Amino acid sequence: MSSGKHGWFACLLVLALSVTLTFLFLPIVAIFVDSGPAQLLSTLGDPSSLEALRLSLECSSIAVAIIVVVGTPAAYLLATRNFRGRALAVTVVELPLVLPPAVAGIALLAALGPNGLLGPALQDAGITLVLQTAAVVIALTFVSAPFYVRQAQSAFGAVDRTWMDASRTLGASEARSFLRIAIPAALPGLGAGLALAWGRALGEFGATLMFAGSFRGITQTAPLAIYEQFGTNFTAALGLSAVLVAISGALLLTVKLFGGQAALGRVES
Amino acid sequence: MNSERRVAAVALLLALTLVGCGVGKGDQGSSLTVSAASSLKDAFTQYAEAFSDGEVKLQFAGSNALATQIRQGVRPDIFAAANTELPQELFAAGLVERPIIFAGNRLVIAVGRDAMKVKSLADLSARDITLAIGAAGVPVGDYTAKVLSRLPSVQRAAILNNVRSREPDVGGIVGKLSQGAVDAGFVYITDVEASGGRLKAIELPPALEPHVAYGVAVVKGSAQHKQAETFVAGLLDGGGQRALAGAGFEPPPAGAR
Repeated sequence: MSSGKHGWFACLLVLALSVTLTFLFLPIVAIFVDSGPAQLLSTLGDPSSLEALRLSLECSSIAVAIIVVVGTPAAYLLATRNFRGRALAVTVVELPLVLPPAVAGIALLAALGPNGLLGPALQDAGITLVLQTAAVVIALTFVSAPFYVRQAQSAFGAVDRTWMDASRTLGASEARSFLRIAIPAALPGLGAGLALAWGRALGEFGATLMFAGSFRGITQTAPLAIYEQFGTNFTAALGLSAVLVAISGALLLTVKLFGGQAALGRVES
Repeated sequence: MNSERRVAAVALLLALTLVGCGVGKGDQGSSLTVSAASSLKDAFTQYAEAFSDGEVKLQFAGSNALATQIRQGVRPDIFAAANTELPQELFAAGLVERPIIFAGNRLVIAVGRDAMKVKSLADLSARDITLAIGAAGVPVGDYTAKVLSRLPSVQRAAILNNVRSREPDVGGIVGKLSQGAVDAGFVYITDVEASGGRLKAIELPPALEPHVAYGVAVVKGSAQHKQAETFVAGLLDGGGQRALAGAGFEPPPAGAR
């Protein structure tokens, strides 16, 4: 193969990447160009925007915490054991990824709404979820959990088996090996999954609106506030969008840096 | 090498398809795009199906969200709102042609079919009642605010205290009601009629009832100007008017602009 023949392919790759980057980045740049720093600052002074941001951060943090605590061991099981129905379990975990948010909202109502599958049981127990902050957390957890669990599963899958075997031969229990070997080794992957899940949770709109409704301070997260302002005050909507982009971007970057360092640390030690 | 060629061919094909879709303005030539208030969904869908003067593409959302789209440069051919203020504002801004009023509606309290807790406006301020209303700026929310502003302040505060969700369009309120997520909500009588018996309406005392009128305007610079005018004319007298009446809309209030 001559280099000329590779030349056009390399050009194609560069072209494809340029198109991808321009397409993905231009709208985000436009938010900041259109809003400007003054608008950003005035957003931070607007109580309803601040309340929405606070609620978004709180609810997404709780959702991500639940996902990490339950999802990590679940992903470990999926990654390290072969059992009947494993393929089915993996598919079920991945299903919310391909569900439109509106379907997620309908599904949550059908399961946990007052007229839903578990509605009467919840009612008997005196638990109301719909239109409460708890419903926001449930919606966020539902849509973003797969992002973490999938990533965690492949991170655990990539951990060198010989380390785990060595740890077990040296007398460590499986739980100890999981905590001391598997988790540190998989940390960069877990971090990346966490960032994706958190970002998805921060951006959740459709399922939240349908299942949790939109009420300032209780269920109106930042994306819902943006949509409400879109109809009344476009510049305020732009300002809040910019703040949300900045927060999500910072989150992604932090986790990436942290994950990268963890990876480096592991290689050095 | 063969496979490389194939990759290149596929890439080229994809690129061409993308260009074809993206710049495909030509095929919009004969179809009319209508941005309409959520509450017009059934009536307009029916009218569009019967509209003989070309294909009609409909999009429904809260009137204020649709107006924002137009302010941001989106150009449907027709804008139909659940109030008269939004078309008037866009007209003043030079974005649409002179609006006309084409229908009236009535704001009611809606409850689930089997609901027992709410039987009148007075029940809305009871302690254990939950409500969904339209957000501020959305016509249905503004009409609701008007009704509440005519109540004694104690009653108004008690009702607002029971609100659990402020929805971006009337469809959201209907959804929350039919799922039993709330006990009651303020919607239009046409929404109750469209629910196929899942909801029932409680009328408001005449003194409190807001004046609900729908305005429509042809968007300036519409490429389908003649068709758009035909569509609007049909709302006043013709297929559109029949569809509106069938869905429970009232004729435009007498003496309307």
